[in-house]
Amino acid sequence: MVYEAHGATDDSPVGDGEVGRSEWPLWEVFIRPRRGMSHIHAGSLHAPDSETALQNARDVYTRRMEGTSVWVVPSAAISASDPHDESLLASADDKPYRHPTFYEIPDEVGHM
Amino acid sequence: MDPESLFQRTVNAEQKIEPRDWMPDAYRQTLIRQIAQHAHSEIIGMQPEGNWITRAPSLKRKAILMAKVQDEAGHGLYLYAAAETLGVTRDEMVGKLHEGKHKYSSIFNYPTVSWADIGAIGWLVDGAAITNQVMLTRCSYGPYARAMVRICKEESFHQRQGYEIMMTLCDGTEDQRAMAQDALDRWWWPSLMMFGPHDSESTHSEQSMAWKIKRVSNDDLRQQFVDMTVPQAEFLGLTIPDPDLRWNGQRGHYDFGEIDWEEFWDVVSGKGPMNRERLDQKVSAWEDNAWVREAATAHARKQRKSA
Repeated sequence: MVYEAHGATDDSPVGDGEVGRSEWPLWEVFIRPRRGMSHIHAGSLHAPDSETALQNARDVYTRRMEGTSVWVVPSAAISASDPHDESLLASADDKPYRHPTFYEIPDEVGHM
Repeated sequence: MDPESLFQRTVNAEQKIEPRDWMPDAYRQTLIRQIAQHAHSEIIGMQPEGNWITRAPSLKRKAILMAKVQDEAGHGLYLYAAAETLGVTRDEMVGKLHEGKHKYSSIFNYPTVSWADIGAIGWLVDGAAITNQVMLTRCSYGPYARAMVRICKEESFHQRQGYEIMMTLCDGTEDQRAMAQDALDRWWWPSLMMFGPHDSESTHSEQSMAWKIKRVSNDDLRQQFVDMTVPQAEFLGLTIPDPDLRWNGQRGHYDFGEIDWEEFWDVVSGKGPMNRERLDQKVSAWEDNAWVREAATAHARKQRKSA
């Protein structure tokens, strides 16, 4: 059996919302733990619309003051890289000169 | 390298497997079965405790119990979401639970007949669950391991509040101490059963260990739990209902008696005291609240049209 990762490769419209459709669309939840930090993926949930998704995200993922801000994003709106395609993210491997440790600076120069 | 060798090499190197990685179909199916069963257990687990919300002995205890039951719902949802990353739908899992094709932990097929049971569940049942779940935070499947990290943080409150209920009862009147002892008598053996059959009888264990879904064997986890819990019972002044229980200095562990495996398999196969009632209540909650789901869907559609 072949499964697709949820959301990431599914280009069906989000939440066609017909009554009788048994399952609500999936949303990815991102939470900013505190001011000064980026939103971090917390998990996912089902909801009929973004307003309900935000309320559910509050109940499911922030019962103990886990964050100061929440984003919900339709899972189907995320495009993801293919984990089996190594070429996309491999390019930095042969470019060590992009890292500061590539350069030898004498100790006498001091901190740089 | 063929995908299966690459997969096993990743697992052996203690790297996590993520949703879109290639994985053996049996690995996927094992995880779906296990995570769904775990999720169902959290959801069904709300019933024996919810049973005492209206009768909690104080407003403080009621607020705590409500928070705990709400956590169980949250845990079920984290786990369903983790299972969905493997390609199964929520409806499929919930449907199979309702049809009796998916199992949940047998521990929830025992009744909660006194307030002390709420203490015993937090202390023993959540204690046993934590022993298992701490291991699962190191599971090879990323989404399951991450859900477990969240769950373990929250379970710690569950166990401590349960133990505190037991301490309060044990500091109380003779009747209250007897209530605490009675709850321990009834929950002790079912809690030990939560770790499943002996390693020699466990059908899935060996493969799950090789895949690093499971990291510690059933019998070893059970021993960990007994070693941890016996001193806690002593502190309460309660007696664990096992005449064979004693410290074994040579092994550095407690020896304990044999589980009644006939009872274990009876409850697993649906003949426990509460199997029918738990599932009926779950199904009727789903059906009676269908109008809420329909109304929310209709509202969302209407909002989209007017946008």
